[in-house]
Amino acid sequence: MNLTIMPLSILLGLSVALLTLGLYAITVLRRSGCSRQIYSISLVMCVILLGLALAHLLSTPAPVTLTLPLGLPWLGVHFRLDALSAFFLIVVNLGGAVASLFALGYGQHERAPERVLPFYPAFLAGMNLVLLADDAFTFLFAWEFMSLSSWALVMAHHREPANARAGYLYLVMACFGTLALLLAFGLLAGPNGGYDFATIRADALTPGLAALALILVLLGTGSKAGLVPLHVWLPLAHPAAPSHVSALMSGVMTKVALYGFIRIVFDLLGEPVAWWWGGLVLALGGITAVLGVLYALMQHDLKRLLAYHTVENIGIIFIGLGLALAFQGSQMYASAALALTAALFHVFNHSLFKSLLFLGTGAVLTATGERDMERLGGLIHPMPWTALAFLIGAAAISALPPLNGFVSEWLTFQAILLTPELPQWLLKFLAPTAGALLALSAALAAACFVKAFGITFLGRPRSPDAARAYETDRYSLTAMFILAALCLLAGILPGLVVDGLGPVVGLINGGAQLPAQHSQPWLSLAPVADVKASYNGLLVLLFMGFSAVLAAMLIHRFASGRIRRGPAWDCGFPDANPATQYTAGSFAQPIRRVFGSVVFQAREQVMMPPPGDGRAAHFEAKLRDPVWDYGYAPITQAVITISTRANHLQYLTIRRYLSLVFGALVLLLLGMVLWR
Amino acid sequence: MALIADYLVQGGQMLLILLLAPLLTGWVRALKARLLRRRGPSLLQPYRDLLKLLRKEVVLADSASWLFRVAPYLIFAAIWVAAALVPTFASGLPFSWTADLIAIVALLGTARFFLALAGLDVGTSFGGIGASREMMIASLAEPAMLMMVFTLSLLAGTTELSSVARFMLTANVGLRVSLALALMALMIVAIAENARIPVDNPATHLELTMVHEAMVLEYSGRHLALIELAASLKLLLYLSLLGCIFAPWGMATAGESLTAYLFGVASYLVKLALGGFLLALFETSIAKMRVFRVDQFLSAALMLGLLGALLLFVSRSL
Repeated sequence: MNLTIMPLSILLGLSVALLTLGLYAITVLRRSGCSRQIYSISLVMCVILLGLALAHLLSTPAPVTLTLPLGLPWLGVHFRLDALSAFFLIVVNLGGAVASLFALGYGQHERAPERVLPFYPAFLAGMNLVLLADDAFTFLFAWEFMSLSSWALVMAHHREPANARAGYLYLVMACFGTLALLLAFGLLAGPNGGYDFATIRADALTPGLAALALILVLLGTGSKAGLVPLHVWLPLAHPAAPSHVSALMSGVMTKVALYGFIRIVFDLLGEPVAWWWGGLVLALGGITAVLGVLYALMQHDLKRLLAYHTVENIGIIFIGLGLALAFQGSQMYASAALALTAALFHVFNHSLFKSLLFLGTGAVLTATGERDMERLGGLIHPMPWTALAFLIGAAAISALPPLNGFVSEWLTFQAILLTPELPQWLLKFLAPTAGALLALSAALAAACFVKAFGITFLGRPRSPDAARAYETDRYSLTAMFILAALCLLAGILPGLVVDGLGPVVGLINGGAQLPAQHSQPWLSLAPVADVKASYNGLLVLLFMGFSAVLAAMLIHRFASGRIRRGPAWDCGFPDANPATQYTAGSFAQPIRRVFGSVVFQAREQVMMPPPGDGRAAHFEAKLRDPVWDYGYAPITQAVITISTRANHLQYLTIRRYLSLVFGALVLLLLGMVLWR
Repeated sequence: MALIADYLVQGGQMLLILLLAPLLTGWVRALKARLLRRRGPSLLQPYRDLLKLLRKEVVLADSASWLFRVAPYLIFAAIWVAAALVPTFASGLPFSWTADLIAIVALLGTARFFLALAGLDVGTSFGGIGASREMMIASLAEPAMLMMVFTLSLLAGTTELSSVARFMLTANVGLRVSLALALMALMIVAIAENARIPVDNPATHLELTMVHEAMVLEYSGRHLALIELAASLKLLLYLSLLGCIFAPWGMATAGESLTAYLFGVASYLVKLALGGFLLALFETSIAKMRVFRVDQFLSAALMLGLLGALLLFVSRSL
């Protein structure tokens, strides 16, 4: 074995070792302390995988491939490590390492560890193998392995009826997605059955078939990533799993789905042959972003709110990818590099803050046993550190400077501002509309996270459980603060991340990448040219810190620093009852009226008994889910109707069965004849 | 030496806007009082109010957390930095490239985020109502603002404000439909963001239609002073923005002579006075809007902004 394939074989070896760890977990399940053992081994392995992937990306050597004589006899198993897979390996294993660290503390509270421990390392292994696969068979095998192990984790608390439904829906959608990918690979491989990626890359498809493959890939990877309208399973399944697994599913597994999309569309399919590809992806991304955040605003369940936010962020990433496809379709590789950098930067950012927020929710869940925001409140007092970490995550996901979420959205805006150079008229109209949708979703995300943080952590406790909350353990806090620190660092030193993404972008963009940022003065970010626009998160942070500290010092030195505690003022009528506070539902009411009456047909009903009547007043807000009601419900209904009809086939006589078989045979033969 | 002078000018601008902001608020208040045939307070009244508040002790609600005490400093810092990055009397100052117009809008978003959280912190219904309505207004005003930024950037080829101002001074801009649409969008956003009539009323308390004042109801003493100062700075920021984009005449360029700077400051003061006068005139001539009419008012701004951007996508000469 020569030295060049060393990192790849170590990566593979570790992925397989994670699998074995899952098997090992089954054998030690009954022993005490096994949970800590499994999570610490996972942590160590993820850290090594992370280090190797980082080393590969930073040293930017050529891609490394490896073929093992396993699997299908005429194909073998192909693996490959290049810049793209290295970047996603970093995302996956950073998330995996932090989630394992969190679980060192959080896993102690697990009610059914035997349903989590064997599948957790297997899930990590599955995600790693998807990223390393270099032929269609291995890719799909690892993809299904990832889906099924995560399904098992979703079903960890299977006795709750909502979880059983979530698991079922997830399974159906995962099967649908894999079917679409299977067909897509069938098209890509062509009639000769060249299933390894090198052959697929070399062969070009006819434009019609390539377009069909693109749509199939969109269906397959979009259903896993949560692209509207394929997102329905996501907000049910992600919250059902234990919180550290939710963090992995939302923060990391959706990124593996995006990897699948990027790998197939940007790498394997080659040049986009039609300009409408970018338009399609752009439009889907814009719709996904706005619908996702609107759904999120209507939720009261903290974990479900976060899951819907994943849908929004996937939309933002797809906006970037759609722009890149549009630019590539017109051979504008410099602009495509900006759009791709924005999309990949957002992939990295979202994996950081979404994992952080889910971990914070896990801490809240262990401290109070509640996920419903209407029963939380005031948690900043008993859990100050969790609150601080969650606040950083909330500010980052709301795209507020100087944190990282802003940088990737800023880059996406800059990419949209380059679209007037595109020659196609439809794209010229689509791009500013997508920009408006992106701006709208960013503003709504801020509203949503004011609600999520404000109702959960601020105010006064709305239930006895919330009043009894306590600060979470040190492992969990360390995990959260690692992510929070990375959110800040990526926000103030974005140039380093952009430079790190350079080889990844170059690989899928015909060699074109953004100019190096590390030589910019004051570590600024100037993606296109100095005159176009620049942003410097570090200076913004320094200026803000300087002004805030200066103001505080001057005021405390020369004016007054005294404080007197007293009851709240509330215009002279403070009420001690915590039920008089604003709730999650009432906070969202203005937005529900403005946007929800159109999108969700939101109707509010107030039942106010007349004076003298002792009954309680009643308020109800009714929402309809348009995607489910107009998309899935008719399909479900049709399937039920057809299967009820087909049920009669089970009670036929033998004579009728035989004639049925004969009829089917004749029909098929006729079909064959006509086809020829 | 020139470098030091540049930094001095930059520092001077930061101080200038901090000192001017209460005066602008006082100017608008005095004008409004005159237009209503009241005598009104003196122009310096906001300074006296701020000093009085700064010297008083803070009365903090029992349920207030550390966030409530930190938020005023953060809000003040974010808005001050944002306001300092808008060119006022001179363009091309040393730190003008730190943040472009998109980042300035986002910095205002940071301030709003923390203000809304502070409104929710004590756990009173007034704080909640203010925070929830503020976020609804912002969810339309911010995209409208960004659409205006798109329009500008398509024309000037940059989102950096100094370059935009310099571009607007060149002869080939002329009168354009898209700029008119952008101007209308920006004015609507400025009115909404500064809690002005018809969206909100800065002079009211104890009224269910209030938004900004409801959020800051629990603040007192130095915290309230910082928030009031930040609100004044925000008004100054929007007027400077309107001046810098749509009336950049008289603005000096970095490194010019002292007389150019003085001329720039004088023209800036004239622009502020004029902007304040127009604002007072508008506010006295219109009635406050119902809260659920505000979204239509702001959707109009969003549509105007989008229309302006789309027109430019169709033809660069519009």
